[in-house]
Amino acid sequence: MEKRATFSNLWLAAALVAPQLLLVFVFFYWPSGEALYWAVTLEPPFGGSNQWVGWMNFETVFADPKYWNSVRVSVIFALLTTALSLAIAVLLALFVDRRLAGHQIYKFTYFIPYALAAPAVGLAFRFIFAPDAGFVSAINRVFPNLWNPALDGTDALALIIMAQAWNMAGYNFVFFLAALQSIPRTLVEAGAMDGAGVLRRMRDIQLPLITPTLFFLVIINITDSFVNSFGIVDITTNGGPARATDLMVYKIYSDGFQGKDYSLAAAQSIVLMVLVVSLTFLQFRFIERRVHYS
Amino acid sequence: MIERTPLLNLVTHLVLVSGLVLLLMPLWIVFVAASHDFHTVNQVPMPLWPGDHLAENLAVAWQKGNFDRVMVNSLIVALGVTVGKIVIAALSAFSIVYFNYRLRMLVFWVIFVTLMLPLEVRIVPTYAVAADALRPFQAMFDAVGLSVDLPEWNLLNTYSGLILPLIATATGTFLYRQFFLTVPDELTEAAKMDGAGPVRFFLEVLMPLSKTNMAALATIMFVWSWNQYLWPLLVVTDHQTFATATMQLQKITPGPAFGEPPIWNVAMAANLIVLTPPVLVTILLQRWFVRGLISTDK
Amino acid sequence: MAEIAIRSVKKTYGKVQVVHGVDLAVRAGEFVVILGPSGCGKSTLLRMIAGLEAISAGEIAIGGRVVNRLEPRERGCAMVFQNYALYPHMTVADNIGYALKVAGLGKAERRAKVEAVAASLGLEDFLDRKPGQLSGGQRQRVAMGRAMIREPKVFLYDEPLSNLDARLRVAMRVEIRKLHQRLGTTTLFVTHDQVEAMTLADRIVVMNAGKVEQVGTPKEVYGRPESTFVAGFIGTPGLNLLPGTLDPGAGVVHLEGGQRLAYDRQRWAGAGAGRVMAGFRAEAARMARPGQGLDAVFEFSEELGAARLVHGTTGGAMVVVSLSDGRDLSPGDRFGVDVPAGEVQLFDAGTGRRLSGERAPAAVPGAPVLEAV
Ligand SMILES: Nc1ncnc2c1ncn2[C@@H]1O[C@H](COP(=O)(O)OP(=O)(O)OP(=O)(O)O)[C@@H](O)[C@H]1O
Ligand SMILES: [Mg+2]
Repeated sequence: MEKRATFSNLWLAAALVAPQLLLVFVFFYWPSGEALYWAVTLEPPFGGSNQWVGWMNFETVFADPKYWNSVRVSVIFALLTTALSLAIAVLLALFVDRRLAGHQIYKFTYFIPYALAAPAVGLAFRFIFAPDAGFVSAINRVFPNLWNPALDGTDALALIIMAQAWNMAGYNFVFFLAALQSIPRTLVEAGAMDGAGVLRRMRDIQLPLITPTLFFLVIINITDSFVNSFGIVDITTNGGPARATDLMVYKIYSDGFQGKDYSLAAAQSIVLMVLVVSLTFLQFRFIERRVHYS
Repeated sequence: MIERTPLLNLVTHLVLVSGLVLLLMPLWIVFVAASHDFHTVNQVPMPLWPGDHLAENLAVAWQKGNFDRVMVNSLIVALGVTVGKIVIAALSAFSIVYFNYRLRMLVFWVIFVTLMLPLEVRIVPTYAVAADALRPFQAMFDAVGLSVDLPEWNLLNTYSGLILPLIATATGTFLYRQFFLTVPDELTEAAKMDGAGPVRFFLEVLMPLSKTNMAALATIMFVWSWNQYLWPLLVVTDHQTFATATMQLQKITPGPAFGEPPIWNVAMAANLIVLTPPVLVTILLQRWFVRGLISTDK
Repeated sequence: MAEIAIRSVKKTYGKVQVVHGVDLAVRAGEFVVILGPSGCGKSTLLRMIAGLEAISAGEIAIGGRVVNRLEPRERGCAMVFQNYALYPHMTVADNIGYALKVAGLGKAERRAKVEAVAASLGLEDFLDRKPGQLSGGQRQRVAMGRAMIREPKVFLYDEPLSNLDARLRVAMRVEIRKLHQRLGTTTLFVTHDQVEAMTLADRIVVMNAGKVEQVGTPKEVYGRPESTFVAGFIGTPGLNLLPGTLDPGAGVVHLEGGQRLAYDRQRWAGAGAGRVMAGFRAEAARMARPGQGLDAVFEFSEELGAARLVHGTTGGAMVVVSLSDGRDLSPGDRFGVDVPAGEVQLFDAGTGRRLSGERAPAAVPGAPVLEAV
């Protein structure tokens, strides 16, 4: 961890780290502190300085069924996108790692979806899954009105889940494949010598050995589903219909910047921050426990 | 290994090809839709083969989305974030790893903690700071009773406002730190024996060694900052001058969700314009992109 | 126990051929060591037998059954890998018992067998540990246990001892030999360490650049190398090889430096005149006064404890003599190398093969004197 050979010029050390510390202070710590301040104060309607209101903003937030709806939608969104995306990615990675002829092509193409901005993904999926154009609409020819994300909340949620899962699948694939390739080849060969077939080896040897990566990705995907989803929701559904896709970040944005209720938005931000920080702590625990092969 | 499992091999190829279709089909559809005229693109189902209106649609989208201007803006922001991040992160990691001072661990943690909260989670307060970046200092002066009057430094509708908050995270610092820790001590000692001071050592030994890591970080940062959406949406109100490419997607997206008949071919052409730079970068620099992904753990 | 027949087996990776037609017959219950320098294709050959590598051409049969198209699990081979390849997420017991689990054996039965194997390897106390908590030697034993438990027809070892320290290597060598005596399973053992090969093998297969150079007992490959490659590779130091021209009439080799080396004319009666490499063991030569035998110039010597290796040049070629007594020389000193004619072996200078037309020697030259008793 520590370097044996170090330099001792303190002024230089301070000067080197100063720009980063300044940025972090101004754009991270101060705003986070301010969020706390706002969350426990209220701006009087006729000007003047904020007044201390304690837990009131939180109580308002927690008493609001719309908030709980947003939490519920976010949790469903997080779990389903994570599960869907990881399942696809791990399946593809396992099969690419069989290294049959041509597997390199997949290695070089599967991660491309991750290069797209969330709103770009949103726009593409909105078209593909539009009820009256694009592709999926063909279903409506056979079963009229079966699919309509503009009117049906479940359809809308399904739409953004697919978009987000697609966006992250490439990212997850890269990690799974890297993890699989870091398993010494002889382990798999030993499995073959012990009589295990391809699928059996995947189950007994390869999958268990990549569980640390799996845990890590679960956390990353959940966090990302809170963060990245804004662009997708904003372009596809605007949180609708009837708040069926009103994810937490989107609600903070609409309450704070469209509704101009900073205190309420700040309180929601704090809750989200706590959530994300707890997830990150979990992640660090897992990183520490990462298995070292050999 | 010989695995004479023709059935399983067939399944493998099928799975992999399905994966390819699944992961690339949406991009293909965007491309195809961008190449048809208004009428064709609204057919159900729409054709799977490109038409011959691509140039035309691109031209309309380019003009409608003011891409002359916004592409330059996006480029400035992406390069600004990338360069800023690479430089600032390298400096601070150098300080944290190679200097021995008492506050070192504290400084490390202060920077490191920022990994936990992405900008999107704390937009509301960050936005407030951006309205006057010197306010934190003013508030501190006020608090200790100093009557210094700092000027207001409004970051809204500026490049600084678009760039600086995006640099203020620990991603790069962490990456450099991990790398510096693997650099053998003997190298530092040899440099010291040769009479090189910290600055020389940093510029002539450490930086050349970090090239690959820098390239990886740069690729990731470029794509990440090009794709920023929520933050530009907040900081920019002067859309004519400061809008970025991704923001134009909202503008070009057909009306209130699923309302008026959408001009899909132009929307998809605009989408194509916006997504091409990051996709190209990842494909051309894919070795570094993948490496960067894995070593930054974001 | 099963015999292995390898017939004209080749291996190509893309356009590169790395194994060039290997023929080998391993008898049931035999311990055969494949020896050769790094990169000569030993592992590749072993892995083709195991079924981990496809056979590009030729045929491999185990117990009379051609296995070319069989999966590793169907061949009845067990393998011990160089890095042990233990499953890091399983306990020692699970590692050893994995093959049985895959085979569908019940838990109790499995446990009993694992315990029996573990006991025979002294691993009883480690059954619940993970491989990461074991020493190198213990891991090695687990790897062997995992191979043993399947009661395979053939054991395959790929440099299993090269990750161990010198002491442990010797100890494990003994254990592997004992294990073979106890089980009598046909064993193929790959190594690039000739001491390992000499001490373990019933027969040694010397490989070079994808070809078999010689198959023989340790004594044969040491005493009667079939080629200059084997001659130089086996023994520490390798055979002294001096280029020259054979003069069957005079019964001497005219060495390149102008000196003459007498050989046993009766023994090499079939050899015709031509360019040859004349070889002799460092242990077979004696050091003599300058002027006696071959003229040599001293360069340096290596102290080995029991003996000393004296390095010099004669007529431009390197020569090594092993001595048990000490005479101190300094660089540049001249000395004689006395080579008994019966100890000289001849190789074709062009092909590097041992000259034909050699009568079977009464005793293998250079072999330990014990043989005569
Ligand atoms: N997958 C492969 N593709 C191409 N060439 C290969 C492959 N595997 C091995 N080779 C080549 O085949 C030759 C023989 O390799 P092999 O592993 O059998 O050597 P070895 O005798 O076991 O050497 P060592 O003692 O170093 O283990 C080497 O030149 C190697 O570079
Ligand atoms: Mg090998």
